[in-house]
Amino acid sequence: MKMLRDTWLMFQRYLMVFLRNPAWVVIGVLQPVLYLVLFAPLLKSLTETPGFPSGGAYNVFVPGLLIQLGLFGASGVGFGLIAELRAGVIERFRVTPVSRFALLLGRALRDILTLVVQSLILLLLAIPFGLHPTVSGVFVMLGLVALIGLGMSSLAYAAALALKSEDSYAPLIFTLSLPLLLLSGVLLPLQLAPEWLQHIAQANPLSYAVTAARDVFNGHGADPDVFKGLAIMAALAVVGVLVGARRFSRAIA
Amino acid sequence: MIETHNLRKTFKSRKGAVEAVAGVDLDVKKGEIFGFLGPNGAGKTTTLRMLSTLLPPTSGEATVAGYDLLHNAAKVRYEIGYVSQEGSSAPEVPGRSELIMQGRLYGMNKARAQQRAIELITALELADCADRATKTYSGGQKRRLDIGIGLMHLPQLLFLDEPTTGLDPQSRARMWEEVRKLRDIGTTVFLTTHYLEEADALCDRIAIIDHGKIVALGTPDELKREVAGDVVVVGTDDASDRVLHLLRGQPFVREATVGDGLVRLYVDRGETAMPQILRVLDAEGIPLASLSLNRPSLDDVFLRQTGRSLRDAA
Ligand SMILES: Nc1ncnc2c1ncn2[C@@H]1O[C@H](COP(=O)(O)OP(=O)(O)O)[C@@H](O)[C@H]1O
Ligand SMILES: [Mg+2]
Repeated sequence: MKMLRDTWLMFQRYLMVFLRNPAWVVIGVLQPVLYLVLFAPLLKSLTETPGFPSGGAYNVFVPGLLIQLGLFGASGVGFGLIAELRAGVIERFRVTPVSRFALLLGRALRDILTLVVQSLILLLLAIPFGLHPTVSGVFVMLGLVALIGLGMSSLAYAAALALKSEDSYAPLIFTLSLPLLLLSGVLLPLQLAPEWLQHIAQANPLSYAVTAARDVFNGHGADPDVFKGLAIMAALAVVGVLVGARRFSRAIA
Repeated sequence: MIETHNLRKTFKSRKGAVEAVAGVDLDVKKGEIFGFLGPNGAGKTTTLRMLSTLLPPTSGEATVAGYDLLHNAAKVRYEIGYVSQEGSSAPEVPGRSELIMQGRLYGMNKARAQQRAIELITALELADCADRATKTYSGGQKRRLDIGIGLMHLPQLLFLDEPTTGLDPQSRARMWEEVRKLRDIGTTVFLTTHYLEEADALCDRIAIIDHGKIVALGTPDELKREVAGDVVVVGTDDASDRVLHLLRGQPFVREATVGDGLVRLYVDRGETAMPQILRVLDAEGIPLASLSLNRPSLDDVFLRQTGRSLRDAA
């Protein structure tokens, strides 16, 4: 009970902090829109390529874009935490009886909410371009984004607490997120990739999320790959939360 | 209120181990202002962080606010407030929100937290800035907010880590006033400082800490009395070495040091020593620039215990 109450308090706090800085809100929405407008049109001509999934360029591209949004959005959250560490806010919270899980979950829920809202905006904006969403597709999609948000932001917080400085956090994030992105089939479907690349991609949990997301947007909503993707993302979230909460409860020396 | 026994903290790093706190025994009484005086790096912050549940001790035992620190940290947290050296508020959040948030984390409902925040905003004179983001605060306002955050839940024990470092003299005087008010309402205050005047003027009892060890403990008066009766400070234009040489051998001088062109003579009774000093210097024909009679300061205590001046060490 106390944990839920504390989580809610933390969630409110971090939502307020986020909303007080409108720049983040604008950037958060603008980024996916730029992909939509400046990158997606390139795909139009590729849809004829052998191996490109059927369903139209936007139904193939937008699901991947949303997964990317989740990955990038979540991996940057550690910067705010490092600033708070420096300001002494985290130490102040750790002296109070607040639940250590809440210190993590309150923030992560804020991150999930912002990701889900950004995803909805992106989905809506993609419709005039030629996206044909289904209701179940949207729900599965948002579920995937939320799970990625929870898992990846928890891991990002754990890394931020361990590294304590932007100077080491930023390189880590960039080094890890780029291969994760490239090996997930976000930009172009992995069906187009040579076999060796496909094998490496199988080790990347995000590739399953991308596959699941494309399936539900292209009429394969009942495919086992969809459940597989959701299950793997749920496992990622559980691992992330456990690692993150452990970090929050340990002394930050 | 606080009892520690052989409290230790060793930090291990690639370069080796640092023994930041090397066996501290303390007994802080309810309702007193207890000061931890020592130079930078002495182990003050590390001790405070252990006592406030932030850092697990390497060894030793402690009871804080009636609970065992090692086995009942959760209980300790409800009873204490902690104001860190670095500050505690987020730059983009208004002070009032920070206060309310803090109260809520200790289980207050919204109305109670708002009420308590208003009390503290009034008491700490933060009304002008309470609804602005804390990044716009002056140093004094920020520090007062930190104290307010630490006091939100009416703790019976408040830890203040260097509460006045970096403040201008006026804000410092203001802060002293707040700390004394806390004692008046029965709150125990454990503060650290590297300012001699602060420890002297504000604290009921002091522990002097150096290299992780307590080197002296008592009321400011007791500590100073241990050093010697009085200190006579003799100033000459440029003959301080000669003066030192002449006076060191006098039977009424217990110890003598020289620094900044001034000779400090530790004597039993200043009133009788002064005329004798004058006579000696007169006989040698050394002109006197200044002569003053002082009670020993806490720096004299530190000097005697460690062989260094706290003013240089800090
Ligand atoms: N997290 C840490 N890791 C390694 N050494 C530390 C750490 N924190 C403090 N120290 C060292 O412990 C000693 C005492 O530090 P501290 O307690 O901060 O002193 P003070 O507060 O009296 O200035 C210093 O030598 C400091 O460098
Ligand atoms: Mg310190």
